[in-house]
Amino acid sequence: MSGLTSADGAPLVAEDIYKCFGDLEVLKGISMTANKGDVISLIGSSGSGKSTFLRCLNLLEIPTAGDIRLYGEQVGFKTTRRGERQPSSARQVERLRARLSMVFQSFNLWGHMTVLENVIEAPVHVLKVPRKEAQERAERYLNKVGIWDRRDYYPAQMSGGQQQRAAIARGLAMEPEVMLFDEPTSALDPELVGEVLKVMRSLAEEGRTMVVVTHEMAFAREVSSQVMFLHEGQIEEAGSPDRVFNNPDSERMKQFLAPRY
Amino acid sequence: MEWLAPLLEGNNIFTVSTMNEYWKGLVNTLQLVLLSLVVGGLLAIPLALARSYGKPWLNGPVWFFTYVFRGTPLIVQLYIIYYGSSFTLQDTFLWPVFKEAFYPALIAFALNTAAYTTEILRGAIQQTPRGEIEAAKAYGMSQARLVQRIVLPSAFRRALPAYSNEVIFMLHASAVASTVTILDLTGAAYLVYSRFYAPFEAFIFVALVYLCVTFAIIGLFRALEKRLLAHLHAAT
Repeated sequence: MSGLTSADGAPLVAEDIYKCFGDLEVLKGISMTANKGDVISLIGSSGSGKSTFLRCLNLLEIPTAGDIRLYGEQVGFKTTRRGERQPSSARQVERLRARLSMVFQSFNLWGHMTVLENVIEAPVHVLKVPRKEAQERAERYLNKVGIWDRRDYYPAQMSGGQQQRAAIARGLAMEPEVMLFDEPTSALDPELVGEVLKVMRSLAEEGRTMVVVTHEMAFAREVSSQVMFLHEGQIEEAGSPDRVFNNPDSERMKQFLAPRY
Repeated sequence: MEWLAPLLEGNNIFTVSTMNEYWKGLVNTLQLVLLSLVVGGLLAIPLALARSYGKPWLNGPVWFFTYVFRGTPLIVQLYIIYYGSSFTLQDTFLWPVFKEAFYPALIAFALNTAAYTTEILRGAIQQTPRGEIEAAKAYGMSQARLVQRIVLPSAFRRALPAYSNEVIFMLHASAVASTVTILDLTGAAYLVYSRFYAPFEAFIFVALVYLCVTFAIIGLFRALEKRLLAHLHAAT
């Protein structure tokens, strides 16, 4: 990995991202640079655009305008005859996505596969890792997130916390350059949130590059290297967690942090 | 069938030769139904994909096909193909095949079950959880791989209970084959009835045979569902 440092560009750069759904402008020019080892937390109230922004990073949403670069490789876009912006190469999008693992709010494990099969699936069928190696990888990461003993269970047979940890193992098995987390604890019962945050904290400590949309302020404050507070599709406040949480300039950020009851 | 002789001793209707007729009927019925299901099932996969993902020029004709074959009686479809082929194909190279009633029946049954299976499968494909598709995309799968690895395996499992009904329906509907000179189970029963003029014996016996086959199919699907739908059941 060391050959791919800032000379080739940061692992993930998004520049001036706009996104419209019809007439609704959800993102109004958001930029972000994730350097190697960064943990960037995106916070903000619902509807602020933080999930949409994250989904633009791996092109689950196609930004209406703006650029995305992975280690300097820029995603190419074209405009269709109907005036829609589309990635110019599906191949490129698939290749870039395989380097950005995403962890979803509702886990989105593949229901007809066991946990182990879930973790092996994309390395074997997308990255073409030999099955045996993928299996070893999977067992290693399942062990790491603490559900190795559940590897033969189906997702529906596990608690939400276990499913989310399996989903994280699935992400790790791709050995991605950046991991994207889309509100990974929002669908969990309060007593299960801790086990997932613990895993994520250990990943951050290993120096993995992560972009995390979260409502867990304690996590954002303690684990991130950068915090971005989004409001109505714009960056309202950004910087080190210490500055954003303890000394924000923005009135909205102050309101957001104020106790609500 | 000689081993049956002592068992049937003193029975006027259910003689060894009668049982032979039923046996041949059972074999014919099973052959016809199984082959139709295989051909129809193989047709249904691309057709269901066309219905789910096809552009209008592809989806439209497939919709029309399933609509027509589900909207008309099987016996009418069979007559059109069976009698129709004798009018149009007599002098062609296809005639040796079509002059046996078995092949027109096979074609009618296969197309009929293909139409129903297409719609069953299409429903199951459309019920694929959106999140699972999104995850597959997010992990870099192409559209084709996503269909092959995620959508179809999951849809086949979801379609299983509805498909088991289709298989049983097909078995029962195959009785219409007897109207085009095929000696299937029902044909055999009719033969026995007309030979002995004993409607209850002839048809109640064949009803029991159909019942047994139906139970075997149900058992088979139950075993399959237990294996393939394990992911839907909570851990024990």
